[in-house]
Amino acid sequence: MTALLEAADLVRVYEVQRGLLAKPAFVRAVDGVSLAVSAGETLGIVGESGSGKSTLGRVLLGIDPAAGGQVLFSGKPMPARGTPEWRKLRAQMQLVFQDPLAALDRRLPIAEQIGEPLIIHGLVAKADVKDRVSELMAAVGLRRDQAERYPHELSGGQRQRVVIARALATEPKLLVCDEPVSALDVSIQAQVVNLLRDLQDRHGLAMVFISHDLKVVRNIADRVAVMYLGRIVEEASSEDIFVKPLHPYTQALVSSVPVPGRRLKSRIILQGEPPNPAKRPSGCAFHPRCPMAQPPCRTSIPALRTLESKRAAACLLLDRSEVPLVT
Amino acid sequence: MTDFIATAPMNTARPGLLKRIRTKVPFLVILSLLWLSLMILVALLTDWVRPYPVTKMDLSARLAVPGTPGHWLGTDELGRDVLSRLMQSIRVSLVIAFGATALSAVFGTTLGFLAARFRGIVEHLVLTLADFQAALPFMILALSVLAFFGSSLTLLVFLMGFYGWERYARIARGLAISAGAQGYAAAVVQLGATPARIYLKHILPNVASTLIVSMTLTFPEIILMESGLSFLGLGVQPPETSLGNMVGFGREYLTRAPWIMLAPALVVMLTTLSISLAGDWLRDRLDPTVR
Repeated sequence: MTALLEAADLVRVYEVQRGLLAKPAFVRAVDGVSLAVSAGETLGIVGESGSGKSTLGRVLLGIDPAAGGQVLFSGKPMPARGTPEWRKLRAQMQLVFQDPLAALDRRLPIAEQIGEPLIIHGLVAKADVKDRVSELMAAVGLRRDQAERYPHELSGGQRQRVVIARALATEPKLLVCDEPVSALDVSIQAQVVNLLRDLQDRHGLAMVFISHDLKVVRNIADRVAVMYLGRIVEEASSEDIFVKPLHPYTQALVSSVPVPGRRLKSRIILQGEPPNPAKRPSGCAFHPRCPMAQPPCRTSIPALRTLESKRAAACLLLDRSEVPLVT
Repeated sequence: MTDFIATAPMNTARPGLLKRIRTKVPFLVILSLLWLSLMILVALLTDWVRPYPVTKMDLSARLAVPGTPGHWLGTDELGRDVLSRLMQSIRVSLVIAFGATALSAVFGTTLGFLAARFRGIVEHLVLTLADFQAALPFMILALSVLAFFGSSLTLLVFLMGFYGWERYARIARGLAISAGAQGYAAAVVQLGATPARIYLKHILPNVASTLIVSMTLTFPEIILMESGLSFLGLGVQPPETSLGNMVGFGREYLTRAPWIMLAPALVVMLTTLSISLAGDWLRDRLDPTVR
């Protein structure tokens, strides 16, 4: 099966200016990430703040240029940002933003904004735009009489529906959702996640779902990639990763998800902050916080190795078959 | 009591148009809008409504005081009717002020957006030009241009159009850059919109309120600048007349016939005040989040 979206060895480097005379530091926000998403599949990307997951999403869409590696969409390399080909490709891939209020133009009624991609890409005759917009609004559960409302007149959940409707207007093949529910309260989160799942079932689109919220990712993703400091440390099916996490970092993350009716007794609490990405720890980037770190972890960088069936993890301990498991 | 009962239901049932306008628009804004429409009407209809031609002299009625039958605002030192000249002046000054304000707003905003779009060398160039313009006293620039090319209405409009463009350019550039960093513009880029669409359909309406405020500031300044140039004798040339020109020539008769100068001065003051008030109100009206 050929993947719809394929990324190989992506690198994204930010230059950080520290003071007027100091040498600029380079932050590798995304550092050698490879992944593939097939049509109709949902890949969840989880990680702490600053782990590079949003940057990865932007590089996957070609919004940020990659400093290394390449992105293939439907087998073709991503055109450079801002070129007509790049703009044309936007009809196939869309982004759902974290903050829907910021992503909407506060001076335009929502119907006009939902219909905008249709007009930009000339997909629908001018006269039919209105019908298509009503269709889209109905699909995401917005009332018809809300068409002339302005973004600030809607609730957070409704705004996110507007953003989703706009993203779906061109019937894209790929949807990258960058923390689409983290700005919403829990009851609305469920609505939006269910909406995304329904829409995916109906249209068969591929989705990259970026979130720091493991509960939500577990609910929606088929496969999950865990990022730490710009690298994928573990990738596995959603079921495997939550039942049997292999990497110590994943174990810590998974153990922090509360389960109803059970006390959080075996919770692994990580020490310290995530390290400064400009000063990557030597060896395994996770070793200063890893409860199981061994002397070799300080010196050698673990590669992402395929283990068992269709799952991969990057940990030296796993290589020595001392698989530490949480039961 | 009976009156109150009888009239109350009528009022609540359907407020009349006038009442709705009165409750929605502040009183001062209504006054300023009325004044501005009067000015525009005068400017448009001056050929038909002014009682005398502007150059018609009546030496037997020199320096007639306001209120003289036939010369309601009096006459000047050559017996020309002040009211007729005032009407013609309003037309000339409004054409210059509107034309120049529109020119400088369009020119400045375009340059500002270009700077924000292309950054780099274009931005440096625009900013250097803006600094240059801001550092150069405009009056001196205007004087030298007018001294070289002579004065004509078209030249005057274009020259005034260069007044204040650097402010629009700076504001537009700053706002466009910050809008580009904000979500809505990035989101539209991500939808695949062309830069022209992003700047004209999204960023321009979003930054328009600030630009309108800037326009309401420039408009009176241009009227005053034109008045100043005419006062110095380099603006509108006699026998054509403008508000500033009238003030300039009326100065010599300030003590004996103050009306020659006070009438145009009052018009300048009221018009600039009205523009400021109406512009402020318009800015709020155009913003759907304030409504």
